[in-house]
Amino acid sequence: MITGVVLGAALVVSLVASASIGQFHASPADVLGSLWNGLIHGVDPGRSQVDGVLWSIRFPRAVLAALIGASLAVAGAVMQGVFANPLAEPSIIGVNAGASVGAAIVFVFGFSQTAVWSLPLAAFVGAVGTAFAVWGLSRVGGAASVLTLILTGIAVNAVAVAVTSLLIFMGDRSSREQVVFWQLGSLAGARWVDVGTTAAVFACGFVACLVIRRQIDVLALGDAAASSTGVSVERLRFGALVLVSVLTAAAVAFAGVIAFVGLIVPHALRLAVGPSHRHLVPLSALGGAVLLSIADVAARTVVPFADLPIGIFTAVVGGPLFLVMLRRTLSGYRLGR
Amino acid sequence: MPALEVTGATVEVGGSTILDEADLTLESGEVTIVIGPNGAGKSTLLGVAAGERRPRAGTVRIGGVDLAGLSVTQLAKRRAVMPQDTTVAFPFTVREVVAMGRTVWNDRAGAEDAVAMDALETIGLTSFADRSITTLSGGETQLVAFARVIAQVTPVGESSVVLLDEPTAAMDVAHAEATLVTARLLASQGAAVGIVLHDLDAAAAYADRLVLLHRGRVRSTGAVGEVCVESLLSEVYGSPIEVYDHAGDIRVAPRRRFEPA
Repeated sequence: MITGVVLGAALVVSLVASASIGQFHASPADVLGSLWNGLIHGVDPGRSQVDGVLWSIRFPRAVLAALIGASLAVAGAVMQGVFANPLAEPSIIGVNAGASVGAAIVFVFGFSQTAVWSLPLAAFVGAVGTAFAVWGLSRVGGAASVLTLILTGIAVNAVAVAVTSLLIFMGDRSSREQVVFWQLGSLAGARWVDVGTTAAVFACGFVACLVIRRQIDVLALGDAAASSTGVSVERLRFGALVLVSVLTAAAVAFAGVIAFVGLIVPHALRLAVGPSHRHLVPLSALGGAVLLSIADVAARTVVPFADLPIGIFTAVVGGPLFLVMLRRTLSGYRLGR
Repeated sequence: MPALEVTGATVEVGGSTILDEADLTLESGEVTIVIGPNGAGKSTLLGVAAGERRPRAGTVRIGGVDLAGLSVTQLAKRRAVMPQDTTVAFPFTVREVVAMGRTVWNDRAGAEDAVAMDALETIGLTSFADRSITTLSGGETQLVAFARVIAQVTPVGESSVVLLDEPTAAMDVAHAEATLVTARLLASQGAAVGIVLHDLDAAAAYADRLVLLHRGRVRSTGAVGEVCVESLLSEVYGSPIEVYDHAGDIRVAPRRRFEPA
């Protein structure tokens, strides 16, 4: 409860900060005033220069960062729950590698010039398609065990990375650059239509995750015990993986690959509020939103006049942080089953 | 009508027969203990009875209903199972782990916790309620798993079926005895209890009925006195075993001979 209030307050502060900080400076009062005017009198980016910058650039970017962070963190929490493993990450089932394949196809074959939505759509389809391929292949010969799922994921990931490499090899110089930069992840150029699409997917996925969160807890007992307790393990795990892949796919579709959010946020919150998904799933949404908002501000401001790819930033900060947390808490967990 | 009845169960894994037309009958109000050497098929038989393992041939009826026609949730309302592996992946509190036994009943939060605490009290572990499960020893973790099973079958009655797979394997003598006494208590409240056990002496003391498995087949079944026969046990285990009377109780122990050279 306290953690929820703290995270909620942190989210408000980080969103306002995200909107005010940048090359064009707007004070927090400007931000709140513009927000108020927009809500009362309707949005008009032409009203003033402040309104213009905020409503067409800063606000969509800040909200998209929060939504993507929330999606990635919820997906990570659910992923770790259904694998009963604190080191599980959505990328295990190939979502990031699959999204990269979709994005690379669009860049290399020049579809991005034909239609603006072709890139997010291709990334989304690539991500979800790869996740289903991993699931389907791991089920050969009966139910998918966690181990076969992970090993299948490694194989499918390798193939997807190879396909992306091949596409980069086939592409011209500009499309190569586009693929590489897309894979680094960026929130630059966020539009309201991106925000709306991500918000819709997140809302549906998040509600579904809330519904299954209590059953996810029981998977910590192991598949056989969870089943004898009354949980349909196969069906739950399949449903959860669909949610994880859709949430992650929607996140990477607009911003490219952003690593470690799905790993760090649930892990840190588990230390604060315990492992029960009853709390972990909703708090991960808040925590992920806060983390990515702050990371986006940092990505925009750490190097003057440069918009660092946010994926680099989350990985550079997240990797070492994860190692520290890992060393401190490893003794409390079982890593395999 | 027995509470649970396995008839002619056959299980094959990779071409070798693990269970060969084995029968198991659990009656309400009775404790049935399955004994036998390593690899005899005890856990497999319990798994078949629990519905976790589908036999190649044979039927399982629970309260007269074929188990194959029941959903996971319907099954969970009729029987609870304590597995051999009782480890928990995340550091949930003991109270949370026991409450997981209530999943299928959809209690309100307060009611769920009350049942969990009652179950912990039954096994004398209320002082552990708020400890993290991952800080417990193997035997203590088994006790918590037993409490979870008790929570799942609460309220215990004629239709309750409790299956325990080597519940005392990691426990000290005091916890092991307390666990088996509690199993008897559940039976006295009407439950049909099936236990896989390695400790022959404890099996003889706490069972109403014994089932002796050997190489996937039921070698002998019946009251303790009928199954605990020196020649039979010694032959099945391939090691000399003594059965003797101690103040009216049947005791079973390996014959220990250690002769210094």
